[in-house]
Amino acid sequence: MTTRTVAALALAGLLAAPAWAEDAEERLLVNDEIEITLRAPAPEHLDGALPEIVSGWVYRSPETQDLQRDDFDNPGILYVDQAREVWNAALGSEGKSCASCHDDPESMRGVRPVYPKWDEAKGELQSLEMQINECLTDQMGAEAWGWDSDDMKNMTALLASVSRGMPIDVAIDGPVQDIWERGREMYYTRYGQLELSCASCHEQNYGNLIRADHLSQGHTNGFPVYRFSTTALVSQHNRFRGCIRDTRAETFAIGSDDLLALELYVASRGNGLSVEGPAVRH
Amino acid sequence: MAENVKPRVKVPSSASAGETVQIKTLISHQMESGQRRDADGNVIPRSIINRFVATFNGETVIDVVIEPAVSTNPYFEFEAKVPESGEFVFTWYDDDGSVYEDTASIEVS
Repeated sequence: MTTRTVAALALAGLLAAPAWAEDAEERLLVNDEIEITLRAPAPEHLDGALPEIVSGWVYRSPETQDLQRDDFDNPGILYVDQAREVWNAALGSEGKSCASCHDDPESMRGVRPVYPKWDEAKGELQSLEMQINECLTDQMGAEAWGWDSDDMKNMTALLASVSRGMPIDVAIDGPVQDIWERGREMYYTRYGQLELSCASCHEQNYGNLIRADHLSQGHTNGFPVYRFSTTALVSQHNRFRGCIRDTRAETFAIGSDDLLALELYVASRGNGLSVEGPAVRH
Repeated sequence: MAENVKPRVKVPSSASAGETVQIKTLISHQMESGQRRDADGNVIPRSIINRFVATFNGETVIDVVIEPAVSTNPYFEFEAKVPESGEFVFTWYDDDGSVYEDTASIEVS
């Protein structure tokens, strides 16, 4: 390649503004009514590690982005509808449905943004999945759902969908501080034969290509997400496991304390971004 | 028998006479192609939506033959010119003989 060609290519690269560049027009208004915060000031605890926090939606192609503008086009909403039916079904020996205690799913607005959350009675940090299972086993007399089961992913998608537009706001102090710090340590630990930490990709290289895809900042505000790669909803822990696997490491188990700590820490990095779930991603 | 089949349509509630409106339709359906096998090696029988029809005040707008290559949850988006107020009727025909129908009215001023 001649020097001139290289220069021309470099120039072309400069002229074509990348998709994630600051764009004043860029806006995500779901169903013409729910405004999604795409960029927010980085939380204080990040201590300057990111100049601002940016939704993963920004890094997707325009075709994928458009699918999230309208529930009719968002494939994740099909699963939300399935969960709405389960919401009203009596599931266990107590003859109770979710609706028996909680009325409409819409009454759960505000729940998704604060999870994972400390449960005072149980003395443990709970993800949304754990809280749902607590309802199933302790209140409804039903069998717990698998963390990655369709029922569970559908229900977390329903709970996310009714909180769309609300800012993520997980607590990181008090009883959860130790767990949060453990999550932070995991985030910056290099795993696997490739010796990659979460930060290697999502803090130092967001916007750059990983194979044919653009890396995002790795926020979890869109979970559970509908992914084209799996043509299904994907839970947070499943995605964490996939990332760690891709570093060629032995991964942590879905639902383990390890991934729960990571879930809390990663959620806190996105404090201020909107709940988007079920988001549409590649 | 196909499970969890649910038709959905999106049609604007109003338009001006002669306007071309955008219509979106989707039916949740597994669209089993008949080419796949289950864990025991048996062929999973074909079970798809094989025809989709939309009419407006009795007049055919679109009539589609659907083949097994069409993927899960068939989605059709098309445009129609609406000369007067009326009703769209959407009909999906299942391999198992089921017929699913949905309607949407539009007010033309």
